[in-house]
Amino acid sequence: MELWFTEKHTPSVKFSIQVDRQLYCGKSEFQRIDVFDSREFGRFLTLDGYMMLTEKDEFIYHEMMVHIPLAVHPAAKKVLVIGGGDGGAVRELTRYSTIEHIDLVEIDELVVEVCKKHLPFTACCYGDERVTVHYQDGLKYIRRCENEYDLIIVDSTDPFGPGEGLFTKEFYGNCYKALKDDGIMVNQHESAFYQDDAVAMQRAHKRIVDSFPISRVYQAHIPTYPSGHWLFGFAAKKYHPIEDLKAAKWNALGFKTRYYNTRLHVGSFALPNYVEELLKDVE
Amino acid sequence: MSKLKQERMPILEALNQFKKSRIVPFDVPGHKRGRGNSELTDFLGEQCMSVDVNSMKPLDNLCHPVSVIKEAETLAADAFGARQAFFMVNGTTSAVQSMVLSACKKGEKIILPRNVHRSVINALILGGAIPVYVNPETNSELGISLGMSLAAVEKAIKENPEAKAVLVNNPTYYGICSNLKAITELAHQQGMLVLVDEAHGTHFYFGENMPISAMAAGADMASVSMHKSGGSLTQSSFLLVGGETVSPGYVRQIINLTQTTSGSYLLLSSLDISRKNLACNGKAIFAKVTEMAQYARDEINQIGDYYAYSRELINGDTIYDFDETKLSINTLNVGLAGIEVYSILRDEYDIQVEFGDVGNILAYISVGDSHRNLERLVSALAEIRRIYKKDKAGMLQYEYINPEVVVPPQKAFYAEKEALPLKESGGRICSEFVMCYPPGIPILAPGEKITAEILDSIEYMKDKGCFLTGPEDMDVASLNVLKEV
Repeated sequence: MELWFTEKHTPSVKFSIQVDRQLYCGKSEFQRIDVFDSREFGRFLTLDGYMMLTEKDEFIYHEMMVHIPLAVHPAAKKVLVIGGGDGGAVRELTRYSTIEHIDLVEIDELVVEVCKKHLPFTACCYGDERVTVHYQDGLKYIRRCENEYDLIIVDSTDPFGPGEGLFTKEFYGNCYKALKDDGIMVNQHESAFYQDDAVAMQRAHKRIVDSFPISRVYQAHIPTYPSGHWLFGFAAKKYHPIEDLKAAKWNALGFKTRYYNTRLHVGSFALPNYVEELLKDVE
Repeated sequence: MSKLKQERMPILEALNQFKKSRIVPFDVPGHKRGRGNSELTDFLGEQCMSVDVNSMKPLDNLCHPVSVIKEAETLAADAFGARQAFFMVNGTTSAVQSMVLSACKKGEKIILPRNVHRSVINALILGGAIPVYVNPETNSELGISLGMSLAAVEKAIKENPEAKAVLVNNPTYYGICSNLKAITELAHQQGMLVLVDEAHGTHFYFGENMPISAMAAGADMASVSMHKSGGSLTQSSFLLVGGETVSPGYVRQIINLTQTTSGSYLLLSSLDISRKNLACNGKAIFAKVTEMAQYARDEINQIGDYYAYSRELINGDTIYDFDETKLSINTLNVGLAGIEVYSILRDEYDIQVEFGDVGNILAYISVGDSHRNLERLVSALAEIRRIYKKDKAGMLQYEYINPEVVVPPQKAFYAEKEALPLKESGGRICSEFVMCYPPGIPILAPGEKITAEILDSIEYMKDKGCFLTGPEDMDVASLNVLKEV
């Protein structure tokens, strides 16, 4: 018997992982949630059939979402994570003793419940007393925040379905308002390789550029996401992602990471020409 | 209304039956179920093209319904509490026109508020009836026209006892209702018909705790835009006939003067299906719509400066009732005209609202909406305030401009005329319409005197980016006025 999970990366490109067994299948008010075990990628979570994370490569995504901004802004004390119900971003954040408070705003309570039960490798730090979870629409939550956060991490799903509101100009503008004068926002920025993803990526970039004085894009290699080449947005009011990198300070923390290091930090902002062109088109 | 019967959809059933019978088409339309126009079929889908068919025996005929359309009309009449319902495929515009043309002949008077949709005045041009305008009170803080006060209608009736009909908006575009029941009683005492423009009031017939509907108030005719809150396809509509005073056969003759003889079965089936849906699920649907509108209103009122108004405006007369499904938002305290917020929402935030006028926007909430999209609207409004807020100074105070009807609309429209630059047209009599669309309420109608005040108002609207329509000169740089003799 062979059981395979397949996601269509485009209408004519399929990505498949052989499944050992399915651990969970459920439907919330917002989406269908599945958890599988696989030989190659370990345990993995999908929402509405789209790959969210696997046990094998989630470290790349979460390290790049968290350590990049914190190596630039080590004084950050109050952090907001929007989306990210799997807990991976929170896990990385709680490693910093300097962070005093983390708000996690996840629209779907069931995602957090399922992750707590089945994904202990990411959902391991919800017990940390600095973490407060809010089950709410991210767009609604952020509307009420002003000059409050040092760092906002937008760990969203794709720009259709429940995550759509987190790719809009009104959302990025509200993030700007919610950040302090030296605040930073990082976001899941889709991919530039396949045509439809590239269009979504450009739209998001344009809207961030409209809202923030500093807006740069960086990359990582994530094997289970479409094309394997994934982008992140770095938007800030004051700090430049490379010029303001405090490498020595970050290295002195002595964190053991598997993907991120401060040399890669600088390199990750050097983008392929075709990506630079796509970005420039909308700047 | 019998729930059991309302489950039926005679036109849909006939079309499904028709598809199964695999008739060979040697009739119009020439695309022959889409096979002759593959690009169009790819775009609209085979399903859709296969029922774009002509009137024929098993499918009845809209001009003279005897079978399935007749059954569907009977069910619709039952659902709306009307004596007769007509399926309309030329828009609610044609329903309104047929209603007015059925009630008034050339030279006869009709009492109406000035904030009517252009289709009403169009009917006066077509039929030659004479308008008697009732000044709808205005709320100058919000910059909107309200309903007609009972006293004003009474006065108009006393002064024009020979008038044939009174026309009422139920509700206005902004959601405001007049005292329809009392106006109806008053008019009927004088032997006048009551015609109701319910383009924005379909849900009054199906939701709970809604303002009174025209049929429930005892009105004689009503035009109901099923395609607005009712969910049918654009351009489909109902014309309802209430009591015994109006002959349905005569109304049908009037409709057939201008309505197409090739009624679209896409539109007809959409009316049939939507009627069934509202009759069976309307209560739940409009409870949800009301809840969503109220949620958005509360959130928007928390942003500051915006004012999303509702039932608190009710004053027992000119705002006798308010339609809570309407999300009308006043923007003046943000220092922006409604039309400016409308444009920013669309151009910057990819959000399309129904319309923006000088002081307000209207976001149309329906069964198709989700809370997620409401969050986008609310957040975008909050952002617009944060980024664009400015001093209120220099915003035009909305004033109701009492029209001075010098020549009846029909006579003015067809009279000898000349084009004058806008600035030089003051003091002359206009022979055409000028309006912002939407909402489509004329600033000037044929036969009305052009005043300095009106010209200022047109210039201001142009400046703010309103979409002005009506005049022969589409840039509205000049106006057609009556030649002076």
